[in-house]
Amino acid sequence: MNQFAELLDRLAFEPSRLGKLRLMSDFFRRTPDPERGYALAALTGALSFQHAKAGLIRGLITYRVDPVLFELSYDFVGDLSETVALLWPAPAENSSMGNDAPLLLSDVVRGLSATGKLDLARNLAGWLDSLDETGRWALLKLITGALRIGVSARLAKTALAELGGKTPNEIEEVWHGLAPPYLDLFAWLEGREARPDSSDPAPFCPAMLAHAIETKDFDELPPSGFSAEWKWDGIRVQAASGLAANGRRVTRLFSRTGEDVSGAFPDLTDCMAALPFENFSLDGELLILRERKVQPFSVLQQRLNRKTTSAKLLADFPAHVRAYDLMRHDGEDLRALPFAERRGRLESFVAHASCERLDLSPLVSFVSWAELAEARKNPAAFGAGADAEAIEGLMLKRRDSIYVPGRPKGLWYKWKRDPFTVDAVLMYAQRGHGKRSSYYSDFTFGVWRDEEEGARLVPVGKAYFGFTDAELRELDRYVRNNTANRFGPVREIIHGESQGLVLEIAFEGLNRSSRHKSGVAMRFPRIARIRWDKPAREADRIENLQALLKETGLGGSPAG
Amino acid sequence: MSSAHFLSLSPAGVYCAAGDFFIDPLRPVARALITHGHSDHARAGHGHVLATRETLAIMAIRLGQGFAGRIQAIDYGDKLRLGSIDVSFHPAGHVIGSAQIRMADGKTIVVASGDYKREADPTCAGFEPITCDVFITEATFGLPVFRHSRTADEIARLLASQQLFPDRAHLVGAYALGKAQRVIALLRGAGYDRPIYLHGAMEKLCAFYERQGVELGDLLPVAANDRAKLAGEIVICPPGALQDLWSRKFPDPVAAFASGWMRVRARARQRGVELPLVISDHADWDGLTQTIVETRCEKVLVTHGEADALVHWARGRGLAAEPLHLLGYGDEEADSVPAESEA
Repeated sequence: MNQFAELLDRLAFEPSRLGKLRLMSDFFRRTPDPERGYALAALTGALSFQHAKAGLIRGLITYRVDPVLFELSYDFVGDLSETVALLWPAPAENSSMGNDAPLLLSDVVRGLSATGKLDLARNLAGWLDSLDETGRWALLKLITGALRIGVSARLAKTALAELGGKTPNEIEEVWHGLAPPYLDLFAWLEGREARPDSSDPAPFCPAMLAHAIETKDFDELPPSGFSAEWKWDGIRVQAASGLAANGRRVTRLFSRTGEDVSGAFPDLTDCMAALPFENFSLDGELLILRERKVQPFSVLQQRLNRKTTSAKLLADFPAHVRAYDLMRHDGEDLRALPFAERRGRLESFVAHASCERLDLSPLVSFVSWAELAEARKNPAAFGAGADAEAIEGLMLKRRDSIYVPGRPKGLWYKWKRDPFTVDAVLMYAQRGHGKRSSYYSDFTFGVWRDEEEGARLVPVGKAYFGFTDAELRELDRYVRNNTANRFGPVREIIHGESQGLVLEIAFEGLNRSSRHKSGVAMRFPRIARIRWDKPAREADRIENLQALLKETGLGGSPAG
Repeated sequence: MSSAHFLSLSPAGVYCAAGDFFIDPLRPVARALITHGHSDHARAGHGHVLATRETLAIMAIRLGQGFAGRIQAIDYGDKLRLGSIDVSFHPAGHVIGSAQIRMADGKTIVVASGDYKREADPTCAGFEPITCDVFITEATFGLPVFRHSRTADEIARLLASQQLFPDRAHLVGAYALGKAQRVIALLRGAGYDRPIYLHGAMEKLCAFYERQGVELGDLLPVAANDRAKLAGEIVICPPGALQDLWSRKFPDPVAAFASGWMRVRARARQRGVELPLVISDHADWDGLTQTIVETRCEKVLVTHGEADALVHWARGRGLAAEPLHLLGYGDEEADSVPAESEA
């Protein structure tokens, strides 16, 4: 546990990607099985412990520390594990711990999966007593499943690949058939055993991602070399299907990162399983369609992050895949083919599938970037028709691009539609969590609305990013120096006609909302600019936002 | 603050009408009593300044000779009558010359702590608890997550890192007044006798400490050397310089930062610090609570910092306690890049 804690601690403070890779591959090299395997599982998010919930940890600490002091500390530190690690009282001297063998990561992992809920609290307290502050922090991070040390699963696999002179994608390809503590994987990487059998009939193909296009890029890119498609405002999914050794058909739906989301979309998974092909992987956008019309993201949201799905939910929110790529088909790996050729295969695939929940993401034809820019501005007039509201820009794909996992340069670009902006007044602030912890970095802002007593600010949203680190410090100082009231962790910031700070808020869309006093809810709001120069009374009015609802047709209620 | 007897709050800070003076005023006033030389407490432009000899000297170094209309030095323990108030200054253990200010009107004794710490510091006189009725305390680190009493371990970590990476320069961010000299003195105390390199912003105050008899050993300015040649050396610089272009010229620099804030990981990460050193010149949670107990006060007023937790704790012990929410203090230690780092 100590070595693992030290690794996490060093990773947390190591700013460079190369440095992180070196720390991890060194660790994998000098740490024995099964410890390194469990560490790898922790770093890739492959461990989850059912009973180890934040509530349990809170319970343990508030039994030992004044609850008010705990809450104030947590508010400041902004991270539950770290707060508890710092507050945990040192065990009394000459307790029995001196004689025990040091706690191992594998002890913890086995202990957590074996113990029931009741014993867990006692075991955890015992472990916390036996560890130092770094050890406690690492243990709590591990069991709550939020390491937040700036290491993605991909980066951990990259470090692992270095260990055996492999590429990260070779790891990805065997990954889904393996389980912690990955003894066979390490044996393969160290040349002691053959490649682990990736017998998974419906494996995840690591997704190919796009870069945001910049204005200067257009000068260098020939329009004829690219295909364009609408960028749909849904979630990226991959449907994979194949026959297991026993002849049974296995079909799965994966998220962009390879998470299996089949359980949340049984309607779609069943359809994919019924397609007249035994073996395929296709890439597409998951959308909700009603009467063939794509619904806005707010509708799709009703189906996300749900543990169970009711028949009514499935009927009211029918899931659909709009396909844009085909990576595997009938035992053939298509990823090495150019996009234009894969597209041809995909078109015939979708045509033969003749499934009402699967259609093709249409190409947008264009001859010049200027013409495409027009399409981006007005998708409805360029073939998107009634689906235009569910479009958030364009995707540009080089016609000769092979399917490269990760985010390769120069092949795929996203060209998002310009965000909407509004000038709003800062009203409330709260301390942030994670990276922003202990700074006032969650900002609630409002616009003017006429009420009986005159114009008043009504909150329209909350933003916690978009600013630079330097701006964050300025905002934090502004909050501290302009506090009108404190409500627990929330500070009310001085605001009114003649005083207050104007923030230019950029956002991707607007929904009608009955939950918000203002009647609107913003999508993806962030602070585009701090308008130190602008008087609060000149900020926007609620009518400006309401007009936007009408103009864009955004915000049809979920039922309509 | 009506119940703080002869003191009141004004926009300029804590004011004593019976003696017609302010303590650490935030804006120019006729008469100011200054607890210590940090820029958030010691500002220019007052008509008359009363402070310890060291604090006055530091103000002259940082603000220029004409920083006040008139100045008056006071020794620790000496009594002076201002109006109907007896005033005396007592060591606060924060930085050289730092003082708590004791005020008495014959009925009530009030002590304003200024900034203070309880940990031993080889560069300044140690804190002395003063019995009082009302204790006005800071609370920069007024949360129980802050415990920084293992300074020796932190110095050992710095030296271990320096041995582990002999090919890298170790840049230690430290506030120019107090922290820099303390880190150097602690390194010397740990037996480190190589020259220590100084960013230009550190030189004047280090020289001042040495004139006061604080031994800092062999100090060399960085400017006169080629930065690229300082592999394996320890360089003390203002915290702001860690992210400056200035720091890039060193060989693969390790960014260290000596501050109580380094106790919270996110704070270190937000500043791009790789080697956080929990070394503070402020009282930690245990120091704050221990001090309140030792003053035997009946009432605690918290000027700045994380006041809420300390007020809660004090009330739980049956003491009267109030947060004052004074703005403008704590910036030097907290977030801002001190002005001299631009030098």
